[in-house]
Amino acid sequence: MGTRNYRRKTSHSEHGPGDGGRTGSWRVERPVLNTSLCIPCKRNAEACFMCWLFCPEVVISRTIPPAIDLEYCKGCGICAEECPTKAITMVDEADFTDEDKDKE
Amino acid sequence: MHIIENGNVAAALGVLLCRVNVIAAYPITPQTPLTERLSEYVESGEMQAEYIPVESEHSALAVCIAASSAGARTFTATSANGLLYMHEQVQWAAGARLPIVMCVVNRAVGAPWNVWNDQQDSISQRDTGWIQMYCSDHQQIIDAVIKAYWLAEKVSIPIMVCYDGYILSHTYMPFDVPDQEKVDAFLSPFRPDYALNPDQPANLNTVTLPDVRMDVRGELAHGYMEIRYLLQEEMRTSLTVAAEAEKRFADIFGRGGDPYIEPYLCADAQYIAVGLGSLTYQLRVSVDVLRKEGIKVGVMGVRFYRPFPDEALAEALKGKKGVIVFEKALSYGYEGALVSDLKSALYDHLAGTGVMPMVQNIILGIGGRDIRTEDLTQALRAAAKSRVSRQPVWIGLKL
Repeated sequence: MGTRNYRRKTSHSEHGPGDGGRTGSWRVERPVLNTSLCIPCKRNAEACFMCWLFCPEVVISRTIPPAIDLEYCKGCGICAEECPTKAITMVDEADFTDEDKDKE
Repeated sequence: MHIIENGNVAAALGVLLCRVNVIAAYPITPQTPLTERLSEYVESGEMQAEYIPVESEHSALAVCIAASSAGARTFTATSANGLLYMHEQVQWAAGARLPIVMCVVNRAVGAPWNVWNDQQDSISQRDTGWIQMYCSDHQQIIDAVIKAYWLAEKVSIPIMVCYDGYILSHTYMPFDVPDQEKVDAFLSPFRPDYALNPDQPANLNTVTLPDVRMDVRGELAHGYMEIRYLLQEEMRTSLTVAAEAEKRFADIFGRGGDPYIEPYLCADAQYIAVGLGSLTYQLRVSVDVLRKEGIKVGVMGVRFYRPFPDEALAEALKGKKGVIVFEKALSYGYEGALVSDLKSALYDHLAGTGVMPMVQNIILGIGGRDIRTEDLTQALRAAAKSRVSRQPVWIGLKL
């Protein structure tokens, strides 16, 4: 099956998870959110959402608490870098058991 | 309305009539008076467009790419080293399939520095994925600009409208300026499939992988190679669309002809001179002289260079004794680009048929070297007697 009937003739990618493909097993670190430091969680109000705004893979939701879709997260760490309260930390994938990974 | 003006003004009037939305350009001789004229139209309010002055040709085309992506009808113009400076963006505009129209006012490229006419600039951009049209007089310039917008927007491929610097850009000639109503009837406003829209954000032409991929909606999207194949496929299809453009134009404006070639006394000719641009009109004078001597010669202008009208050319040259290709540019280390393309077309369509003409190549007028009609006549006369050389023959050379 080819792309003959694809609706565009140029390279055109849209806002949404996974336009760069599923991550698979190669992610080195994953973001982990500490809700006791996260501004929208603490205030229980729509606020901040810098992680949602900056995520280049669009895998963080604009919700309370923000949810991170690890199926597509590439582990770039931009969310952790941008978070003003350091509520997101990047944790080595080796620290998670296979069981943890199955729960994703 | 018939007026007498120069070739740059003919191009500017074409742009005005096409209701272009965004013009971005950087001055370079001999193109400058064209975009100066456009800036006057915008300044006086005669033209409802954004004129964006930029610091380089690279930026000029980058602005057109952005504006075209946002759904604007765009125009730029350049010459020689300006065109070379925008080369990266030239390739980009084609891959992005943006229907930008650019006038290339043909001028020699440096080094050494030279402002006079030859066609090395646009010929050097042959493989960028742009359609190239060549004009022989002012009427063809204004008409080509109008046709170019219709064709470019139909096939989503950018177009260079090329005309000779000074010989056409700075000389005055009578031509007809079409009525605005007729141009509006011929050319509808630009309505792209997608235009940049904050409510529907998209990444255009970001890193595209060698292989195909699933897009965000789960549909199988092109890889780089599919996108490039489609450009080639639709470049070839645009030959047919160009014929449609020519017919539509003739129906509305009452002039036009063969969309690909412009023959003069070719039907019964045994020898045919072939070239691009104003040179082919000068060659008509030589043809007239030689016809009086009883030599059956004709001349054929190639109006479309990319996509190359291989079939039309092979059909028109089939059974002729000789074809003499006059070029104001060359692929250094071999011969003129046009003669190579032409021989390839003849081989593809006529090999083994016994009606294959002999082909030779003449290089002339490089860097504005004076082209004397007498020399053209002599070159054609000699070529009609016997094939002069396998190598390109340079005429007017004082070495």
